[in-house]
Amino acid sequence: MTVIGVIGAGVMGVGVAQNLAQTGHEVVLVDKDERILAEALATIGRNARMSRLMGGPSLDPDEILSRITTAVGAAGAAKASLVIENVTENWDVKREVYETLDAECGPDTVFVVNTSAIPITKMAAVTGRPDKVIGVHFMNPVPAKPVVELIPGFHTSPETVQRTRDLLTAMGKKAVDVKDSCGFISNRVLMLTVNEAAYLVHEGVADAESVDEVFRGCFGHPMGPLETADLIGVDTILYSVEVLYEHYADSKYRPCPLLKQMTDAGLHGRKSGRGFYTYTSQS
Amino acid sequence: MSSKTQILDFIRGRYPQAEIDESQDIFALGFVNSLFAMELVMFVEKTFGVTIPNEELRIDNFRTADAMSALVSRLSSDLAVA
Repeated sequence: MTVIGVIGAGVMGVGVAQNLAQTGHEVVLVDKDERILAEALATIGRNARMSRLMGGPSLDPDEILSRITTAVGAAGAAKASLVIENVTENWDVKREVYETLDAECGPDTVFVVNTSAIPITKMAAVTGRPDKVIGVHFMNPVPAKPVVELIPGFHTSPETVQRTRDLLTAMGKKAVDVKDSCGFISNRVLMLTVNEAAYLVHEGVADAESVDEVFRGCFGHPMGPLETADLIGVDTILYSVEVLYEHYADSKYRPCPLLKQMTDAGLHGRKSGRGFYTYTSQS
Repeated sequence: MSSKTQILDFIRGRYPQAEIDESQDIFALGFVNSLFAMELVMFVEKTFGVTIPNEELRIDNFRTADAMSALVSRLSSDLAVA
């Protein structure tokens, strides 16, 4: 059986690895240190255990974990037939990962960029295989979200598009086609909404609870924008807004200073125990 | 402090704007999502030193403080027997 490489064991990488494993795929999960990988496996086991409670299928955590091996460094994915990269939304970090992958992986290996904002064509240009680089924007939590954005770059070949579609279908995902444009559909709208919601809190117009209550109660959204920010990660929101700001050179994407301060202070949302809300279980 | 009181305090701490009593279905209130169910599991396991078996990880066991408190009692008595 072919192995799928998953680069980055953060919130998204963990979700992608679990989704792949629970649909019968062999996975090698890669990150830069052992500690992050150990935590990732613990998170996957816990999430698999909670799956039914969260409205998902009933899963056997041991069976899922048995399909996932781990490796330190991007070269660990050398044998993968397809790699899904989920590292930080930071150009320099991603570029370094792609340079390594391009050097280490076989010539037929497809690189899937899981990004919420970075242009696929620009990312593909870092490699010597722009026809085999494609974007997929997975949503969080990955195993629970049935739809993704599928973004071919300028040079992406029809074969690469088909191989990626086939894998997504096997993962239980429906792909919505989007042309390569920074932020695609989802984040052009969502990141500006979250950023503006943060400005409301920053300016003291309303607190986070009130902002979210308007979105739930008035618009029928299951979660408000600031709860969503905590789920995605406040730091990730900031990076995504910064990517949009740099790419379009348009002041409408200027990041809210509160997002910067929260990121510096380690208030990254659910994953750090505190963001716009507090999640620690100590009373 | 009873397990029911501790559980209620935890829920009220997360949702200070809500008026919640022990028999209220918190998932029917409209602002509690399934992610909070996961937090409740972690809180109950950590606070009361129990491991909830997979077959008990059902949303019905976490709908009310009454139901969670009953679950804790069941698991604690199992522990005492064992």
